[in-house]
Amino acid sequence: MTLFPLGDSAIVVTLASGLDESALPRVRALVAALEHDRPVGVVEIVPAFATVTVFYDAAHGAGFEPLCRAIEDCAARAEATLVSHESPLIEIPVCYGGAFGPDLAEVATRSGLPAERVIALHSGANYLVHAVGFTLGFAYLGGLPEKIHVPRRATPRTSVPAGSVGIGGAQTGVYPLSTPGGWNLIGRTPLALFDAAQAEPARLGVGDRVRFRAINPEEFAAWK
Amino acid sequence: MEMRIIRAGMLTTVQDLGRRGHRAAGVPLSGAMDAIALRVANLLVGNPENAAGLEFTLVGPELEFSTDTIVAVGGGDFGALPRWQPVRVPAGERVKFGPARSGCRGYLAVAGGLAVAPALGSCSTYLRATLGGFQGRALRDGDVLPVLDVVREVMGHWHIDERILPAYSPAPLVRVLRGAQADEFDDTLRDANFKVSPQSDRMGVRLSGPPLTRHDATELVSAVVVPGTIQVPPDGQPIVLMADAQTIGGYPQLAHVIDVDRPLVAQLRPGDAVRFREVTLAEAHEVLLARERTLAILHEGLAEKLR
Repeated sequence: MTLFPLGDSAIVVTLASGLDESALPRVRALVAALEHDRPVGVVEIVPAFATVTVFYDAAHGAGFEPLCRAIEDCAARAEATLVSHESPLIEIPVCYGGAFGPDLAEVATRSGLPAERVIALHSGANYLVHAVGFTLGFAYLGGLPEKIHVPRRATPRTSVPAGSVGIGGAQTGVYPLSTPGGWNLIGRTPLALFDAAQAEPARLGVGDRVRFRAINPEEFAAWK
Repeated sequence: MEMRIIRAGMLTTVQDLGRRGHRAAGVPLSGAMDAIALRVANLLVGNPENAAGLEFTLVGPELEFSTDTIVAVGGGDFGALPRWQPVRVPAGERVKFGPARSGCRGYLAVAGGLAVAPALGSCSTYLRATLGGFQGRALRDGDVLPVLDVVREVMGHWHIDERILPAYSPAPLVRVLRGAQADEFDDTLRDANFKVSPQSDRMGVRLSGPPLTRHDATELVSAVVVPGTIQVPPDGQPIVLMADAQTIGGYPQLAHVIDVDRPLVAQLRPGDAVRFREVTLAEAHEVLLARERTLAILHEGLAEKLR
């Protein structure tokens, strides 16, 4: 575990290097320990990949060194009490192909598989949320089967419809809002993944398990 | 009470001090680019520091109020009203800001504060997601914004000591802290003069100068970034992330502008110059505490001058 200052208002706690999925339970445990026993001056706790970033208010009682010690204490407690409880499973309905997934054929061609097989692979896998960011509620998902790793589009689209499900290299994800985007769009979900009217606006959180379920256009249209 | 926008200016938005507590959901901070200017302007009209006001960019708006009110202007100089003091504006009198004579962003605080509905706990406008502020968008000609009704009076004649304000300059020396990838760069920011690029916006101030080369070619996992983070994309031209910065970024982090000096960056315009100087975290915190003490003294001092 390393602690490194992120400017003068945050500390990045790194629990493992790179995209180590096995670190996610420890990331969640540290977040829980910090939330439960918030050190003085801590204003926000943000998990992402194998890190936890702790934001603090240096103007109101939080010194860097004491805060580092408090975080280390929390981490030690979190490790000691780490139990492998299942994180929530969120199912995301997806209408694959057609107007909802204009790049499905392209992904099929590039991966040398029939479109049905791409859908089966994408909806048959278990995914884990590694981070939420980039745009509001956007979840970086790990677990995409290697057979359907397809590079990003050479030219990003200037606007991707909200709910679009894409593949970008080894990653897959859902665009919660209409934004520019360079991923290959294979489908769309009617599920709202970000709602500013909710106290917890993002539906997905770091460590959540995700599965995609194929639905037809009628189910998509009927979704509420 | 209402504020009517006659001409909106170039980019005028409702801002407070930002949206906190939702970074884990990917929600950027937003809020005033030059937070000190808005905080001081709010204090000068007797508002809480976080009250919603207007931020305008390069060309200011023209506006009027439905009843007599007290306003204060801070940040860049856009004419119309004297800056950094409460000014009484009679009902129906037109306040016409012009192009910026200095700085890039101006702030208008109105006694009572703009009464827009908060989104995720903040009134600041995040344009990319049509979130917060006035209908989630930049103001347009003809918009009418509600202002919270308050009775406020300014006692006597006085002005604040402007030495408490940031040392705004078209060529500032900005203090930075080392970033996580600082060691992976051949050159340091210290050696160069940078120019502010016209592509700058509320998300980031883009700089141009001698390209900064990273000798370490390992691909990075995306990482949490904050307003102030200086990222270096592959072209070697650094970007200072600002109020609307995304919460996670994929480029190497060379440095971070200290909180106290971020207003200096917020007021840079395209073509301005900037240099950087590295400081320690202890120094950054020391100047931050000093600034907060100064603002607390200002707040106390104003209590008897505003009713």
